[in-house]
Amino acid sequence: MKEPLGTTGLLLNEPLLWEKGKKGRRGFSLPPRDIEPAHLDKEFTGEGPDFPDLSEMDVVRHYTRLSQWNFGVDTGMYPLGSCTMKYNPKTNERQAGLSGLSTAHPLLPASLSQGVLKLMFELGKHLSEITGMDATTLQPAAGAHGELTGMLLIHAFHKSKGTQRSKIIVPDTAHGTNPASVALCGYKPVPVNSDEKGILSLAAISQVMDEDTAGIMITNPNTLGLFEENIRGIAQTVHSKGGLVYCDGANLNAVMGVVKMGDIGVDVMHLNLHKTFSTPHGGGGPGSGPVCVKNSLEPFLPVPRVEKRDGQYVLSEDYPESVGKVLAFYGNFGVMVKAYSYILSMGPENLKRASQLAVLNANYIKEKLKGTLHLPYDRPCMHECVFSDKYQMANKVATLDMAKRLMDYGFHPPTVYFPLVVHGAIMVEPTETECKEDLDQFIETFEVIAKEAREDPDLLHEAPRKCKVRRLDETTAARKPCLAG
Amino acid sequence: MHLLPHTDEDIASMLEAVGVKDLDALFSTVPEDCRLKGKLDLPKALSEWELNHHMEALSSTMGVSPAYKVFIGAGSYEHFIPASVSYLLGRSEFVTSYTPYQPEMSQGTLQAIYEYQTLIARLLGMEVATASHYDGAAALAESLLMAIRATKRTKVAVSGLVHPLYRRVVQTYFEPTGYEVLELPYLKEGVTELAALREMDDLAAVAIQSPNFFGCIEDLEGTAQAVHDTGALLVAGFTEAVAYGLLKNPGSQGADIVCGEGQSLGIPRSFGGPGLGVLASRQKFMRSLPGRLVGQTKDLDGKRGFVLTLATREQHIRREKATSNICTNNSLCALAAAMYMASLGGTGMRELGALNHDKAEYLKGELKSAGFGITFDRPTFNEFVVEFPPGFEVTYNHLLEKGIVAGLSLAPYYPELANHYLMCVTEIISREDMDTLVREVKS
Amino acid sequence: MKEINELILPDDLRYAVDHEWARVEGDRVRVGLDDYAQDQLGDIVFVELPQPGETLERGQEFATVESVKAVVECYLPVSGEIVAVNKQLEDSPELMNESSYGDGWMVEVNPKDLSEMDDLMTSAENLERLKGAE
Repeated sequence: MKEPLGTTGLLLNEPLLWEKGKKGRRGFSLPPRDIEPAHLDKEFTGEGPDFPDLSEMDVVRHYTRLSQWNFGVDTGMYPLGSCTMKYNPKTNERQAGLSGLSTAHPLLPASLSQGVLKLMFELGKHLSEITGMDATTLQPAAGAHGELTGMLLIHAFHKSKGTQRSKIIVPDTAHGTNPASVALCGYKPVPVNSDEKGILSLAAISQVMDEDTAGIMITNPNTLGLFEENIRGIAQTVHSKGGLVYCDGANLNAVMGVVKMGDIGVDVMHLNLHKTFSTPHGGGGPGSGPVCVKNSLEPFLPVPRVEKRDGQYVLSEDYPESVGKVLAFYGNFGVMVKAYSYILSMGPENLKRASQLAVLNANYIKEKLKGTLHLPYDRPCMHECVFSDKYQMANKVATLDMAKRLMDYGFHPPTVYFPLVVHGAIMVEPTETECKEDLDQFIETFEVIAKEAREDPDLLHEAPRKCKVRRLDETTAARKPCLAG
Repeated sequence: MHLLPHTDEDIASMLEAVGVKDLDALFSTVPEDCRLKGKLDLPKALSEWELNHHMEALSSTMGVSPAYKVFIGAGSYEHFIPASVSYLLGRSEFVTSYTPYQPEMSQGTLQAIYEYQTLIARLLGMEVATASHYDGAAALAESLLMAIRATKRTKVAVSGLVHPLYRRVVQTYFEPTGYEVLELPYLKEGVTELAALREMDDLAAVAIQSPNFFGCIEDLEGTAQAVHDTGALLVAGFTEAVAYGLLKNPGSQGADIVCGEGQSLGIPRSFGGPGLGVLASRQKFMRSLPGRLVGQTKDLDGKRGFVLTLATREQHIRREKATSNICTNNSLCALAAAMYMASLGGTGMRELGALNHDKAEYLKGELKSAGFGITFDRPTFNEFVVEFPPGFEVTYNHLLEKGIVAGLSLAPYYPELANHYLMCVTEIISREDMDTLVREVKS
Repeated sequence: MKEINELILPDDLRYAVDHEWARVEGDRVRVGLDDYAQDQLGDIVFVELPQPGETLERGQEFATVESVKAVVECYLPVSGEIVAVNKQLEDSPELMNESSYGDGWMVEVNPKDLSEMDDLMTSAENLERLKGAE
C-alpha cells in the first residue's frame, strides 16, 4: 500500500473561550465615539453579557487551533454519501466577498441593487434550464427548507382547486427530512417500499395512489444511488389521480445535462446549491435550497420575485396566490453568488461532464470494492453506491468500526447507517472532483481495513487512534445533557 | 477544465474497470425516454479572469458604503467586522467540512458551536441555545410551533410590532397547520398593547419583539406577567442582537423562549442572507427544541470532547414525528457570531451597545431640533421613527443621487404611517454623516 | 447484541408484540419493556411517561423510550387507568437496561378487564416468535 495519508502531527490543546482571557483585554477596535453619551433609564439597561475579554491574538489562536481539529474537503477525501462533498472553488469565495454583493442592504431601492437582482434573475433562469422546469424561487435557505416550500406549494395548489388532500407518498429510501417536511405541512406520509432492485415499482405506487393523496416525494436518483427507472409511469399514475410529483434534488449531481426532471413528469423539485453547485457546506450551513416548478405551480411561489421590466430588475409582490414568505428576505444570497459563479465557471459542457465523472467515480469504487464489502444491489449506480457490513459482521466488526478506522488512514468516513433499507449501510459518494489516484488509495485502504477486520478486529473496535479525541461517550451526553458552559 | 481532475487516460482505464465503453454508457439504467436529447442552454464557460470582471461589474452597481450612507436597519444592520473575524472564518477546515456527524474529526466545529450556544445563552439570559437556524423569521416560526408542542394549545398571538416580514413568514408556516395566529395592536407610545390578551383563549405563546420594529424597547417584564397569567409562554424576539450589550436581557425579564436574528454579530448583510436564526430557551423546554444541539462529554480516555446530542428529537431519527424538519444549522454564521462576540468580550459588547444607542439618540435629537416629528415617546435602541413632511419622496430620491439612503419608508408595512420613516444608526455612521443627512433633509 | 438464546424472558410475565411485558400484582398490572427491546435499543437515555390518572385503551401509546440513536413508542398491553409511573426513570433511565423486569418497570395500570392478560403471549410463545423473526 502507498504510504497512508493519516499520520500524527502536533495538535495543540485549547481551553474553552471563558477559561482564558482577562477583564480589560480587548480584541476589537471600536469606531470612535464622536457624540456625547445619551441618557437611558436604568430600568432598561442590564449588566452587559458575561463574556470573557480576550485580546485579538487570543481569539486568533483559539480558532486557529480549533480549525486544526477539523477535517474538510480541502483536507482530504470526504465521500459522505448524499451530501456531495465536492471541491469548493476558491473563486466562489472571492466573488461572494465583493463588497457590493456582501454588504448590500436587502431593503435598498431597486435602483441601487440592480447587480444583485440581475444575479438572482439569471441564477433562477439557469436552474430552471438545468432542471427543465418553468420557474424557480431562490428563497429557501436549505434543502429541508426547500422541501417545506415544495409541500406548501402542493398544499396551495390543491387548495386552489377547492379540495384538500391528506396524504403524501414517501418511499422507504427517503431522507428523514422528507416525512418531517410532509408532516410540518399537515400531511400524513404514506410509506412505500422499494422493490428487489432497490427502486420504486409502478405497481407499488398504483396500489397506494388515490384521490386523497396530494402527491409523491421521490428522490431521483434515490438514496441507494439508483435511478428511478419507472419515474415516467409513476408520474403518470400520480397525475391521473390529480396528484403532483415532488423530486428531492439532493442527488442532482448525477444527472446534470443528462436528465431534466421537468421533462419526465416532475412538477416541483428542490436543489441543494451546497451540494450540486459547489458552495461550501460550512460545517453544516448556510446552504441554499431553491425550488423549481412547472407552470401549474408557478402562481404559488414565494414572494417577492425578481422580474425584468423595461430592462430594469425589480422585486415584485404582485402574486395574489403566493404561499407568502419562507424567509425574511430573499434567501441566502451569499450562497447564491457562489453557485452562480460555479455555473458560469463550468458552462453547459462541463456541468454535464461533472455528472458523468461523478457517476464514473462511483461505479469505479463500486466495482473495485464489491468483493471486499457486501454490495446489496449489484447494479450500475449513479453518483453514489451503498455497501453493507455483512461480510465483516462475521468478525463482529460493524460499519461504525470501519468508519472510525478510515479516519486513522486520513479519510472522512462515508455516510453510515443510511439509507435505512440496508442494514449497516455504508454509502459512498466520491464526487467528480476526486482524482483516480485518490480513489485508488481509498479503495486500497478499505481493503486493508477489511483485512484488519479479519485478523485483528480490536484494532477497529478501538479506532480511531490518531484523531484529537477517541470515541466519545454519547450516552452520557444524552442522559445528562450539558449544552452550555 | 481546472475543476475536473480526470485525464483521458484515467477515464479510459476507469471505464474499462467498470466494464462500459464510454461515459454515456454509464447511464444504462436511465431509460432512453428519460434522457435529455439536446444540450443545456447556458452561457459558455468563463475563465476565472473573465468571471472576476463579470462579477465586479455586478458588484459595482450596488449602493453600499462607503460611497453610500445607508440609514436603514429593519432587520439587517451594518456593524464593523474586524479583519480577524473574516480571516478566521475563511479557514477552510471550518468552511469545507459538513455537519459534525463524526465527532472525532470535527472537534473544531463542535467546540466552537458549544461555545456559541453558551455565549448566546449568556447574552439572552437563557439556559440553552440551539446550534442555530436559517434566520430570525424562521426561528420565530419554529419557536411558536415549539410553544404549541410544549403547551399542547392551538393559538399564538404575535405583536404587530414584530418585524412585518417575520410575521409573514409565521403566516406561511402556520397556514397548513390549522393553528391560529392572532395579532396584537400597538399603542401610541410605540409598544405592544396587551389588553386584548384577556379575551384570547387557548394561547400557546405570545411573541413580542424588543427592541421592536419601531426601535422601541418593550416592557418585557410587564408583558411576561400578562402572558403567564393566560398560561401561555412568552416568546421574546429581536432583530438587533447588539442591543443586548446594553439592555436588560429577555431571560431576566421572564421570557420562556427567545429567538431572533444574529446577523448583527459579525455577519455581513449580503442582501439579506445568510443570516443567523437564534433560538434559546429555558432548560425545561430542552427536549422540545427544534434543530441541532451540541453537548459536552468525555472520550474513552476521559478527555473532554463534544458531540451532537439529543438527536432523537430530529428528523433523521424521528422522521415525521420530529420537532422540526430542519437538517442542519447555519453553522458558519454561528461561528462568525461566536468569533465576533469573543473579539468584543463583555466589555466591548457593552461599549458597542452604548455607542449605537447614543449615536441614534444624537440623530434623533438633531432631527427633532430641525423640526421633524419623532413619532413615539418610548426609549429606543439604534432605530427610531421620524415623520417627514408630505411629499418627502422627492427629497428621498434626490438624496439617493447624493449617496444617502434616508431610512425606510414605513407606509408599505403600516399604511397608517404615511410619511413616516424608520431610521437606523450604528457605530459605522459618523457624526458628520448624520449632520449631512439632517442638513439635506431640511433643505 | 444478545443471541436469541441469551434473552431473559421470565415465565411469570405476559408479553405484547411490541415488546412490552405485563405482570399482575394484586389488583394492578405492572408494565415495562422486555429484554429483547432494551437490548436492541442499547443504552436508554430518556423515558417519557404518562401522567398518573390518564385512562388508556389497550394498544394506545403510553410512553416513548429513547436511546442515543433510536426512539420507540410503547403501547399499553392492557386497558385501564395509569395509577403509578416509575419516577426513578426520570433520572436513571439506565434502569431499563440494567433491570428491565425489576427497578426498570414503567407504569402500573388499574386494569379494566384482567382477562385481556390472556390475549398476551407467554414467555414460550414470545421466544418462538422471536426465533421465527430471525
